[in-house]
Amino acid sequence: MARLSAETMAQARELMSLYPDSRSALVPICHLAQAEEGWLSPEAMEEIAELMGLAPAEVLGTASFYEMLRTEPVGRYMVSVCTNIACLLNGAYELVEHAEERLGISVGATTPDSMFSLEEAECIADCDRAPCLQVNHRFFGSVSDERFDNLVEDLASGRLEHDVPPHGVLCRVRRQGGLAVPAEQVRAERAEADRAREERAAAAQAEKS
Amino acid sequence: MALTDVAPIVTARLRHPDSHTLERYLATGGYAGLRRALRMEPEQVAEEVNAASLLGRGGAGFPAGRKWSMLRKAPVRYLVVNGDESEPATFKDHLLIERDPHGIIEGTLIAAYANQVAQAFIYVRGEFALGLERMQTALNEAYENGAVGRDIFGSGFSVDIVVHPGAGAYICGEETALLESLEGKRGFPRIKPPYFPAAIGLYGEPTIVNNTETMANLPWIIQHGGHAFAALGEGSSTGTRLFALSGHVRRPGNYELEMAKTTFRDLIFAPVLGGGIRGGRQLKAFIPGGASAPWFGPDKVDLPLDQDAVGKAGSMLGSGSVIVMDDQTCVVRAAWRIVRFFYRESCGQCTPCREGSGWVEKVVRRIEEGSGREEDLDLLLDMCDNISPGLSWPPQQTTICVLGPSIPSSIVWAIRMFRDEFLVHIKEGACPYG
Repeated sequence: MARLSAETMAQARELMSLYPDSRSALVPICHLAQAEEGWLSPEAMEEIAELMGLAPAEVLGTASFYEMLRTEPVGRYMVSVCTNIACLLNGAYELVEHAEERLGISVGATTPDSMFSLEEAECIADCDRAPCLQVNHRFFGSVSDERFDNLVEDLASGRLEHDVPPHGVLCRVRRQGGLAVPAEQVRAERAEADRAREERAAAAQAEKS
Repeated sequence: MALTDVAPIVTARLRHPDSHTLERYLATGGYAGLRRALRMEPEQVAEEVNAASLLGRGGAGFPAGRKWSMLRKAPVRYLVVNGDESEPATFKDHLLIERDPHGIIEGTLIAAYANQVAQAFIYVRGEFALGLERMQTALNEAYENGAVGRDIFGSGFSVDIVVHPGAGAYICGEETALLESLEGKRGFPRIKPPYFPAAIGLYGEPTIVNNTETMANLPWIIQHGGHAFAALGEGSSTGTRLFALSGHVRRPGNYELEMAKTTFRDLIFAPVLGGGIRGGRQLKAFIPGGASAPWFGPDKVDLPLDQDAVGKAGSMLGSGSVIVMDDQTCVVRAAWRIVRFFYRESCGQCTPCREGSGWVEKVVRRIEEGSGREEDLDLLLDMCDNISPGLSWPPQQTTICVLGPSIPSSIVWAIRMFRDEFLVHIKEGACPYG
């Protein structure tokens, strides 16, 4: 049974057409598939493989390399607390401890209602607001215990629905526009322009001498 | 204070809250650099960048113009912009991607024109969800306004740009790993030689890979001329640069400063910059160029923010991120956390990196947890020596990429500078700072 929607498949084909080699679209397509179910199920990976003419193992081989692509289900909200050096110096591990207590789970686990997962993240490049965290890769900086509790409440009550879409949804802006001519045509025109430029340069050279 | 009052280049419009919009971009001189470039010959554009001596802002600090000149004779080529910023405590490209996406796009277009590239990719770190949305929005706007695509601004030059999301892997910031990733594969760094993707890059074709901040400098360079850029800074460190300051300072943040004219002391202590150490404490140590760099003590604080000077003093300016530790910092814990990062992010191809990082992490952790042995310190140095023989700087390499030789930096320099503290952990079985 098809797991990915017709809309996702159409977008996936569009992505494949953007690259000189369609395999380049694999990671972006994995993101798309993940947006549907919140993770990359084996079935979804099989469908991607079929669409792209790859073996399912090739899809898994690539996907399993990347931290953001989840080959096992996670909660609706993935809370990633940075504990790398700048955050460590600003109390990140104390924040992790508080998060574990507040959510009632340890790092690496998901709440029984599948609402929250908690993980320790590597540097997320928001170090001037340490300690910082991401929820589904949306940034929250200078997180005190109190701010963390408020954030959890806001997420659970749906108040942040727009700012923090469910896990897996990454870029909500679709590509519009594009070159709209085949790359070969552009290349041919480019060669023509190169020739013209060389001629100009040669003419300029001839004038000098 | 020897602070300079040079006007900012890459952060000029960031004081506006809507700096990411096309409207604000055009109102602040946006796309004028591209229009000017399109009226020049491509070689002239490249010549301006060469004259600017613009050092790549990614971490290796290789001159952008020299990277380009390697491609002069090659027929098909790609331009890839590296926005996969993940070096711990580096957060400058994050700022530019979210707050000035058009600036990066304009720089990319100028580079594409100078090198006559028909296809460019902007690889944005996957974790930058907002950055990806802003970059794609900006690109859509640029297409709509004829700045990208076919016959841009009526110049006859056509180019396509694709925004490509990463998916969480530090190693993909390494340029050959980034290309593998862009080809839809695991982010394994490629075996060198060839040392530069200019020879064999994306899909095996000649390719330029440039950092995001490098691109963001190009519109200004074309507008004001390469010599105006080179007039800023000193020696090989030209122009301005973003320095990402973090740790125990009062005012952490990104500061755009003229290269070489400012010292670490200025950056950390000047009231308009870092504002000094928090809580009235003292400076214990700082890392001058990202987590891969050897540490400095307070005795090095008067060094200028200059690539060569920092290199000669035994570390690197790297990605331009400065991490400050106060006198209450447990250096064992700090060094452990950095090594743990490399252990988690090793791609696993090379044995010294894959195995070595794990062993080192385990031994530092047991010291941190109070069950270390005195001989552990020599054991650590020995293991690090196997990863990077000689433990010197610049480091020797036993691995395909520079992640390997980055592993020993924090441990080796922490032990060299603070051996006593390691010994206290071992003898007392506890941390003196609680």
